[in-house]
Amino acid sequence: MPDLGKYAEAVLTSYAISLVLLAAIVLLSLRRSRRVKKELQEIEEKVKSNG
Amino acid sequence: MSRNSLWEYANPRKFLQTTDIVLPWVAWFAAVTLVLGLVWGFFFTPDDYRQGSTVKIVYLHVPAALMAINAWIMMLVASLIWIIRRHHVSALAARAAAPVGMVMTVIALLTGALWGQPMWGTWWAWDPRLTSFLILFLFYLGYMALWEAIENDDTAADLTSILCLVGSVFALLSRYAVNFWSQGLHQGASLSVQSGERMAMTFKLPLYVSMAAFALLFIALVLVRTRTEIRARRMRALLARERMGGA
Repeated sequence: MPDLGKYAEAVLTSYAISLVLLAAIVLLSLRRSRRVKKELQEIEEKVKSNG
Repeated sequence: MSRNSLWEYANPRKFLQTTDIVLPWVAWFAAVTLVLGLVWGFFFTPDDYRQGSTVKIVYLHVPAALMAINAWIMMLVASLIWIIRRHHVSALAARAAAPVGMVMTVIALLTGALWGQPMWGTWWAWDPRLTSFLILFLFYLGYMALWEAIENDDTAADLTSILCLVGSVFALLSRYAVNFWSQGLHQGASLSVQSGERMAMTFKLPLYVSMAAFALLFIALVLVRTRTEIRARRMRALLARERMGGA
């Protein structure tokens, strides 16, 4: 860990906030992608079975 | 490449097939460059003689600010394609990019405030660049809200495209405000081809890597989200057809 001196709080908070926000947008995007893909498959199967 | 080949990707099926191959590569490059850029910048760069260790915030603040503006410009191009050529994938790509651009704007605003407090003695100032960035953030919120508020996809794409054109003024102002008005606390561009005070190579190289990482991450996320929007649109169309058939 580098010695951040008196600015440690500002630097560490910046990294923490940014990484949390980036992780959140990645996880939310992937979760919605999986959910929509699954729902579409179900609907397509239903449509096929209805002819 | 033939003249019409670019427009092949306006076909949702072709877009899904192509991104099936491209997306894993972009995602891996994004992850690797992000780790490399941030670890290099955080652990292996020295303190600046004036700014101390706060200079390490540059590896987040500058790439995020750059992508916040570039995301809107990408949305502008996609919106223009929708307005002129009516390709659904371009409208959906613009919609997909907005939340990613909004997150980049929030990162730029928050890291800017955290950096500004020890350097300027204030979290916030109504400086031209800061203010235009705040307005850009509000435009992102408005753009996303407008998409959600309108049920008909084509009407939503039309109206959000117009909003995107208007918001482009603030995206450009965010970038050039410092040049237009020689006032405010915010410095000029960190990286520039013009002469003047330059950033040392020790800081510049990891910054380039971080900028590439944020750009790749943005592309990967937009591809994932556009694919989702294409599927969601198809789902809405199938459900509407089912309802019509049942009526």
